[in-house]
Amino acid sequence: MLSTLISGDYPRSRVLAVALVAILVGLALAPFAFPGTRSVNVAAKVAVFILLVASYDLLLGYTGIVSFAHTMFFGIGGYGVGIAMAKLGVGWGSLALGIALALAVSAVLAFAIGLLSLRVKAIFFAMITLAVASFFQILASQLSWLTGGEDGVTYKLPELLLPGTKLMETTILGVEVNGRLVSYYLVFFAALAFFLVFLRMVNSPFGRVLLSIRENEFRSEALGYRTVTYRTVANCIGALGATLAGALYAIWLRYTGPDTTLSFNIMIDILLMVVIGGMGTMYGAAIGATIFVIAQNYLQDLMKLASTATKGVPLLPDLLHPDRWLLWLGVLFIVCVYYFPGGIVGKLRAATR
Amino acid sequence: MSAAAKPLAQTPVAALPGERLDWIPLALIPAIAILALPFIPSLPTWVTLTVAGLAMGMMIFMMAAGLTLVFGLMDVMNFAHGVFISVGAYAATSVVLAMKASMQADSLAANLSAILPAVLAAMALAGFLGWFFERVVIRPVYGDHLRQILVTMGGLIVVEQLIHVVWGPDIIPLPRPATITGSFIVADAAIERYRLLAVLVGLVVFVAMWLVLNRTRLGLLIRAGVENAEMVESLGYRIRRLFIGVFVAGSALAGLGGVMWALYQESVNAQIGMQVMVVLFIVLIIGGLGSVGGCFVGALLVGLVANYAGYLAPKLALGSNILLMVLVLLWRPRGLFPIGKA
Amino acid sequence: MAEALLSLAGVNTHIGQYHILQGVDFEVPRAGLTMLLGRNGAGKTTALRTIMGLWKASAGAIRFDGREITRTPTPDLAQLGIGYVPENMGIFAGLTVKENLLLAARSGAPDKKRLDWIFKLFPAMQKFWNGLAGNLSGGQKQMLAISRAIVEPRKLLLVDEPTKGLAPAIISNMIEAFKELKRTETALLVVEQNFHFARSLGDAVAVMDSGRIVHTGSMAALAADEQLQTKLLGLSLESHQ
Repeated sequence: MLSTLISGDYPRSRVLAVALVAILVGLALAPFAFPGTRSVNVAAKVAVFILLVASYDLLLGYTGIVSFAHTMFFGIGGYGVGIAMAKLGVGWGSLALGIALALAVSAVLAFAIGLLSLRVKAIFFAMITLAVASFFQILASQLSWLTGGEDGVTYKLPELLLPGTKLMETTILGVEVNGRLVSYYLVFFAALAFFLVFLRMVNSPFGRVLLSIRENEFRSEALGYRTVTYRTVANCIGALGATLAGALYAIWLRYTGPDTTLSFNIMIDILLMVVIGGMGTMYGAAIGATIFVIAQNYLQDLMKLASTATKGVPLLPDLLHPDRWLLWLGVLFIVCVYYFPGGIVGKLRAATR
Repeated sequence: MSAAAKPLAQTPVAALPGERLDWIPLALIPAIAILALPFIPSLPTWVTLTVAGLAMGMMIFMMAAGLTLVFGLMDVMNFAHGVFISVGAYAATSVVLAMKASMQADSLAANLSAILPAVLAAMALAGFLGWFFERVVIRPVYGDHLRQILVTMGGLIVVEQLIHVVWGPDIIPLPRPATITGSFIVADAAIERYRLLAVLVGLVVFVAMWLVLNRTRLGLLIRAGVENAEMVESLGYRIRRLFIGVFVAGSALAGLGGVMWALYQESVNAQIGMQVMVVLFIVLIIGGLGSVGGCFVGALLVGLVANYAGYLAPKLALGSNILLMVLVLLWRPRGLFPIGKA
Repeated sequence: MAEALLSLAGVNTHIGQYHILQGVDFEVPRAGLTMLLGRNGAGKTTALRTIMGLWKASAGAIRFDGREITRTPTPDLAQLGIGYVPENMGIFAGLTVKENLLLAARSGAPDKKRLDWIFKLFPAMQKFWNGLAGNLSGGQKQMLAISRAIVEPRKLLLVDEPTKGLAPAIISNMIEAFKELKRTETALLVVEQNFHFARSLGDAVAVMDSGRIVHTGSMAALAADEQLQTKLLGLSLESHQ
């Protein structure tokens, strides 16, 4: 039963299995185990980013494509929900329509980008995706009548998902059962489900062909696989995954704006998560996203302690300043690219052999 | 001479070389300027905009030239190139702020005594960082484009953070030297002194690069290396040393561009390099990856279009360079002067 | 017996996971022209590139002029006196004929006498001196590639398929040029598919198959033995002109 669920892709490392179970349980019970707005927010963000990074791992880790347009698709999902709720009226129908439209737009864009650019070398492709994503960012900020410009869109959701909606009079474990709770579990279960879908995809014949293309494109072509087709399909599926993640995030935040979805910093964050977690493993996305989001929110407190503790020493307090947490992740990232291409997951798996 | 040799001597003269210069893309520069003319109500405004566009283009050229040359020669796309720009800007800022009095003095000599060391510091620090990058960051991943992109992105993140560590996270205002502020009026048109300086500096840089590339042995090596690095090695040259030299020179040039750009904006912030990366990539794609001449033309076109669009259709201005890129790619899918690397 | 100018012993080369050269042993004498023949994919180009250091031998030893050069970097090999004319000619299309030759003359300008000799061999070089190399015809490009390799005196010339894609009239010219080259101090190792060319010029011959040398001997002996030709190369070389 478990084998079918995870498509036979076992963690292959005791530590990794424990970590993954811990993440799963932690996310599943977050509203009860870690009550409080901030921690539930972190949990929701972890869930969303696990899906987002998993969809990116399909591109980078399994197909070997570096694309800088991923945040664009993330944004399309977010704006799909946002614009639908703000302009088409709040309701399940318009929510579904918004998501469907977003998916359609993403699919078309991903297809176009794939066809136009995948015939060229990796570097040219990366540059073009950067330009396209940048253009989309400009559009989002300029078409303020539609997107709310720099300020983004704030909106309401169907009543079931609103925090104000109380579903039960009694509380469970001290936590109020309201729309916020429902929202959270919607995001959690959706993210989990789609993550498992991605897991199935990479463990299917399709996934194996992608891996063979990444290893040796020439030979794959010789074996009869039209690599451009496969890579275009992978590009589209990855884009759709990002779009879904964006939609979920928009549902959780009840806000979509250029800074929460389209910013280049988010693209950098995704890169950090996928490489540190482990490229080409899917589970790496889970590990990487969890570590990153938690670090982003809690590491800074730790660093502040360290920074004040080293006050007299030259340079050290500045290096340990909480705002510099990205520096250390960046260093870890570089180290992973050189020495640990499998990231944390790869290292854990290697350790058990 | 054997009979068989004759047919070759009689090879038709039509085989003589064509022109060195493909002038159509070059002609685009004045073409766009002239095209904008009827849309802009007053001639003085047109002059101001054109100078602004050329100035911007020159600065972009200085920032991008190293990036394209390194790609052409070494097949390395340094996604962290922006850090050389940032570091150059910051280095210059430190020097300039330390010499505030000289900057504010109303004599050209005093101003230069502050600016020249600032520029030299910028180029030196950026060049040194470039050397470090080539040796430590990029050399292990020669030939592996995927890891190159990832590693240079990582370098970008780390150096940007280090800039925060050294210079602090705030935006630092950077006033221009006293004698190069303000504008002067020529027949009703207001021309900013600084922009004119930028155009001059850019021209000097371009002419110097052109002379080195086309009139020196070193330039010969670089041009040949861009085409076929392996063959240059087979002829007995240690091309690795050339790589390092070009990388350092390109980084130093980016540092210079950074200084000019920071003075143009009259402020520095750590993202200054990153913000401009997209524009640099667009210029590279328009010009043709690896072509210095293409980079020059592309940069000027982008600068001009951005300024005309900024006046005529402000909403379009930010995306104007991407639209320009799409148009150019529709005409020449590999850029204006392709070298055959991408 | 004079030591061979170039000797390969047990040379293996891997490219990625492909094992191309599987133990190559042969020698090139100090003078004359050695032909390296073989089917497509036998590993001839790989052998030349390995000698020239463009691909690293994974095993075995290469000796040149008394020294071990297996690990020597390519530029140093050129300075030791090995010239290389690759299969795709490797001329710099964006440079003029003059600039191509200038680059090849490492000590600055080409020696005047040498240049005159090249112009005598290949008059087109003088004619298109200031012309872009990219605009030359196929045959002229090949002439430029060879001119470049000989603008400085070399001890050994490695030439990969000089007649590929050339018209018969031009091939005749090439043969004359190579005959001239043979009169100099330069030893030549030439990979070829055109048997007419091979037979006209070859003194010694080595045949490769599947990454190994399967026959060495004199060209005259091979040319006379049609059975041997068919066995080694899969066809009668007479018919392959």
